[in-house]
Amino acid sequence: MEKQLKVAALCNGTVIDHLPAEKLFTVVSILNLEQCSNQITIGNNLESKRLGTKGIIKISDRFFAEHEINKIALIAPNAKINIIRNYQVVEKHPLQLPDEVRDIIQCPNPNCITNHQAVATRFHVVDEKNALRLRCHYCEREVAREEVKIK
Amino acid sequence: MRDTKSLVTIADYSKDEILEILESAAGFEANPNRKILQGKVVATLFFEPSTRTRLSFETAVVRLGGSVIGFSDAATSSSSKGESLNDTIRMVSSYADAIVMRHPLEGAARYASEISPIPIINAGDGANQHPSQTLLDLYSIRKTQGGLENLNISLVGDLKYGRTVHSLIIAMSHFKPRFKFIAPDELKMPEEYKDFCRKNDIPFVETAELTDSFNDADILYMTRVQRERFQDLMEYERVKNIYTLHDNMLENTKPNLRILHPLPRVNEINPDVDSNPKAYYFQQAQNGLYIRQAILSKVLGY
Repeated sequence: MEKQLKVAALCNGTVIDHLPAEKLFTVVSILNLEQCSNQITIGNNLESKRLGTKGIIKISDRFFAEHEINKIALIAPNAKINIIRNYQVVEKHPLQLPDEVRDIIQCPNPNCITNHQAVATRFHVVDEKNALRLRCHYCEREVAREEVKIK
Repeated sequence: MRDTKSLVTIADYSKDEILEILESAAGFEANPNRKILQGKVVATLFFEPSTRTRLSFETAVVRLGGSVIGFSDAATSSSSKGESLNDTIRMVSSYADAIVMRHPLEGAARYASEISPIPIINAGDGANQHPSQTLLDLYSIRKTQGGLENLNISLVGDLKYGRTVHSLIIAMSHFKPRFKFIAPDELKMPEEYKDFCRKNDIPFVETAELTDSFNDADILYMTRVQRERFQDLMEYERVKNIYTLHDNMLENTKPNLRILHPLPRVNEINPDVDSNPKAYYFQQAQNGLYIRQAILSKVLGY
């Protein structure tokens, strides 16, 4: 029995798959897709063997720079990035968090300068082996990935 | 893009740079009045009051022949009119050659160092960093012990929130110390700093008992147990008396032991300790002047 596609196939572009359903719209916002004029297909609450329900984003004729796409690793580390050319998957990217994350996270420390003045936040990724932690470049507090608040 | 001339955190300085500052401070102790900053203007921007630190920095500038501009309270500055830190720093940096800054928000000094064309010296950013305090602690340790290597250091009191003890651990990590952390359960050393010790092969032990726990120590570093840190005030009342150092507790300690405290103290050191030759906290505060002279000279390239 042929699997029926719930989301239309893509000719050229990027597919972000295996997003946890509750993270989908955060990913849309991180990638600033509201401002993107390309054709975008968004599916959510689709059936997934692994996740139960999942989200998927297909963007036509758009290929992201690695530092852009890697931001997703912050909130959906197991998402899959597929590059499509002429209906074929030509590249699969495992996500990798960059050493530094700029202007995406809000510092959870209410006494941090970045929560009081117009300062772009910067976080250093400190430990990726056991539990990923991020250290604020300004107030130097460390937070676990789970505590991170996306701006 | 870090301005290497600014001093924001003690971690900005390598072991060699720390030793260079201590050496230079010893020179200023021998001869504090050297007019090497003649014609230079140093701005002291105190967005929250700290009389001790400000006077120490301002005295350092004046003894080096420089001049001071600035404010001692945000209420008397344009930040009370809503001026951003960015604008204040840009404006002041067009007048002065260096900025000494105290700010209630954490990270303020790092941010200032990124926008300022002149060096920033962090004189305290909220609960985060106060590197001149750390350097004067190191200076006091070296001066009283004849060196910094292989010392037994007991840290007492509020080890959870006390920024001075956290910075001291980082700074001492270059010199093979052995630590004892003496604190009530509520104010224990955070895991983050214990991890730092493990990663750097620095041995440490923890205890909640003050009496007889520091007989092998070379340095006893006391901190204030602050009432506002406790959720249960009965717990505070219990702890505050346990963590008071009395003169009779020093009987079995090593002859070279010296007691340090960042000051101000409240009731954690009984006044009967003051006359004991092992009490060093007042001289420690005085050492702050020489350290700040050394820091100012370094950031201004002398």
